[in-house]
Amino acid sequence: MSASTKEKDPFIASLGKIYAGYTGGFAIFVVLIAILEQMGVPDRILGYLFVGLTIGVYAYIGIISRTQAVAEYYVAGRRVPALYNGMATGSDWMSAASFIGMAGSLYALGYGGLAFILGWTGGYMLVAILLAPYLRKFGQYTVPDFLGARYGGNAARLVGVVVLITASFVYVVAQIVGVGIITQRFLDVSFGVAVFVGLAGILVCSMLGGMRAVTWTQVAQYIVLIIAYLIPAFLMSAKVTGVPLPQIMYGVALERIEGLENAFRAAGMTPPPGVTGWHTQPFIGPNGQFSMPAAVNFFALVFCLMVGTAALPHILMRYFTTPSVREARQSVAWSLFFIFLLYFTAPAYAAFGKVEIYQNIIGQPIAALPEWIKSWQIISPYGVPWINIVDVNRDGIVQWNEFRIHPDVVVLATPEIAGLPYVIAGLVAAGGLAAALSTADGLLLALANALSHDVYYKMIDRNAPTARRLIISRVLLLIVALAAAWVAGNAGADILFLVAWAFSIAAAGLFAALVMGVWYKKTTNTGAIAGMTVGYVLTFGYLIWSEWFGLSFVQLFGSKEAIVAAARQVGTINPSFVSADLRAEAAAIVANAGAVTDGALAWFGSIIGLPTDSVVLRNRVVGRLWGINNISGGIIGVPVSFLTIWLVSKFTTPPSQAMQDFIDDIRIPRGGVRLADQREAVE
Amino acid sequence: MPLVENADTPQSAKGAAVDRATGEAYWKKTSGLMWTVLAIWFVASFGIHLFAPMLNPIHILGFPLGFYMAAQGSLIVFVVALFWFGKRQNEIDEEFGVQED
Repeated sequence: MSASTKEKDPFIASLGKIYAGYTGGFAIFVVLIAILEQMGVPDRILGYLFVGLTIGVYAYIGIISRTQAVAEYYVAGRRVPALYNGMATGSDWMSAASFIGMAGSLYALGYGGLAFILGWTGGYMLVAILLAPYLRKFGQYTVPDFLGARYGGNAARLVGVVVLITASFVYVVAQIVGVGIITQRFLDVSFGVAVFVGLAGILVCSMLGGMRAVTWTQVAQYIVLIIAYLIPAFLMSAKVTGVPLPQIMYGVALERIEGLENAFRAAGMTPPPGVTGWHTQPFIGPNGQFSMPAAVNFFALVFCLMVGTAALPHILMRYFTTPSVREARQSVAWSLFFIFLLYFTAPAYAAFGKVEIYQNIIGQPIAALPEWIKSWQIISPYGVPWINIVDVNRDGIVQWNEFRIHPDVVVLATPEIAGLPYVIAGLVAAGGLAAALSTADGLLLALANALSHDVYYKMIDRNAPTARRLIISRVLLLIVALAAAWVAGNAGADILFLVAWAFSIAAAGLFAALVMGVWYKKTTNTGAIAGMTVGYVLTFGYLIWSEWFGLSFVQLFGSKEAIVAAARQVGTINPSFVSADLRAEAAAIVANAGAVTDGALAWFGSIIGLPTDSVVLRNRVVGRLWGINNISGGIIGVPVSFLTIWLVSKFTTPPSQAMQDFIDDIRIPRGGVRLADQREAVE
Repeated sequence: MPLVENADTPQSAKGAAVDRATGEAYWKKTSGLMWTVLAIWFVASFGIHLFAPMLNPIHILGFPLGFYMAAQGSLIVFVVALFWFGKRQNEIDEEFGVQED
């Protein structure tokens, strides 16, 4: 088994040299662009060079990694060393949302935004100790493969595939939107064209070489994205504090923010909508006082993001590619380290951006604002200007609440805020593009593999020859990619909130069945299938119901006060976003407020002591069970899924001796795996 | 580019790799490590942040301590704990002779 890993593989042995050369080449390229800029080459040409050349390199790697071998296509030949798999996982993981959106969320939410930082790192602990080594020992190709082998075949496999497709598809659509936003801004093309340019970049990496091509491209993309993220942060730190160590020096910035916030408040100003007025204060409501719902929401979000991390198939499948169980464990640690490098810098971006704006913009005459502000006062794909200065009191001075900035600008405009040359802005664009492309690659591959390997090969035609399986795989990849691009092009930026749903859906649908499959021998097939189905249906149903039918949700779970409040909220939304029926219904409730009674399940809606209510988000009234935002929808589905599996397993026939032998084998690194059902074998 | 298939395809084994007693003792110790790391995870993810409002008045290098723990402190714990876990699990593997050869 290990013969191939012990032998000196010339390609693996020279990986260090290859990527060192690549990194050096990229640095020289950036310097060359800087020189061209000094020589007066227009920004737009530099933008084309950055985007064109980086995509060109990824495409080149994708093409030389083309393969006809099934194991190469699905698991990169299982010879990716721990360190490189860590880098690939890092860029697989860090999406446009991490690269561009994270620092902006921290800017707006302050401490509240740190739930994302914690949630999107801590989940790797669960991956390492509960799942990765055992999935690697099992050693087939996909996550549904494991579910099929452990839980008796196609029924479990099918449920796994459905969860996988739901979670990955909304996620990949959001990535393509991200690619579109960056390409549009830096290439100056329409959003629809930008989406298809991005799509070409994604497909050329994954079509020919599958996992092998995606792996080595993702390593290259990690290098670009981390350089692009760190350099502006270092320069910004030097500008604000005089010391180029952002992760340590932003403490100084935080202290200044606290001082400025107090000064603004003393002057009678209020923060702009959506931005906290107490950057470093944990668990506070809009008045700055401790708020229990804020604390509950913070921890619920941390929990859902962590468990979701440990259940997302495009991440778990990366650990099928290491040469051994030992390296799989090591690889999770490296993954987290490479992700950590970006995530512990993001709060620094937010703090430096905030200090710059609070010090140099607030209180200035609107006529005398710096140039970079003006260049961002254009309409974003989100339908609002990137930076919007609303002179509420018409005094010609920028007040605290008059400066509205879209979160994405915090990273995209940092080079300009810090007065850096355009080459750095191009670098940031290349980094954001690398982040979005690499995640989209991984997700598309996870989707196409589930359809071609799990549905077509395992469930429809067990005798399909290798060549046909690979062709089907590529055709499906193309179809899924086009479908995702079509949805992205039509729905645009309005659907980015769906990314957070992917975590709750994957967490509630897959996590319990995967963990108990390894750690609880008595888990039965029926139990696991029931648990996955219940978790998935409950969570997905809850998300759709609370998001699009918020008023009806509150009518069932809310008190009479909550129902009237929700009906009033409907009246505050711009009528063009609300159906006439809903508006009439809400108006009737408000008119007869005295006659409204508690919802039928209002007792359940307040069972933990916090009432069910609703908020206006995305031009909808969104219901919140127990006051918890639906971004944390998995908080109910995950425990219910565990409970269902445990209970049903108690009352169904225990797993056979053959299945127990199978579990014994995947628990131990040494030796082979005795499948309980030989029909589950691949090849 | 060579298109050689040199991957380890999962092989089916005839018998268990180790005897039952060793397997059970190994799994007991592995489970112990799992619960230890899970406890570290729980404290670093949730436990410590319950005290954030109390930690925040303490400033270190300008950082309010509660904010620092969520922004950096817990992340450092995660990374260090995972490398330690990898090392510790390897030692357990070797102690019971179940490491890959």
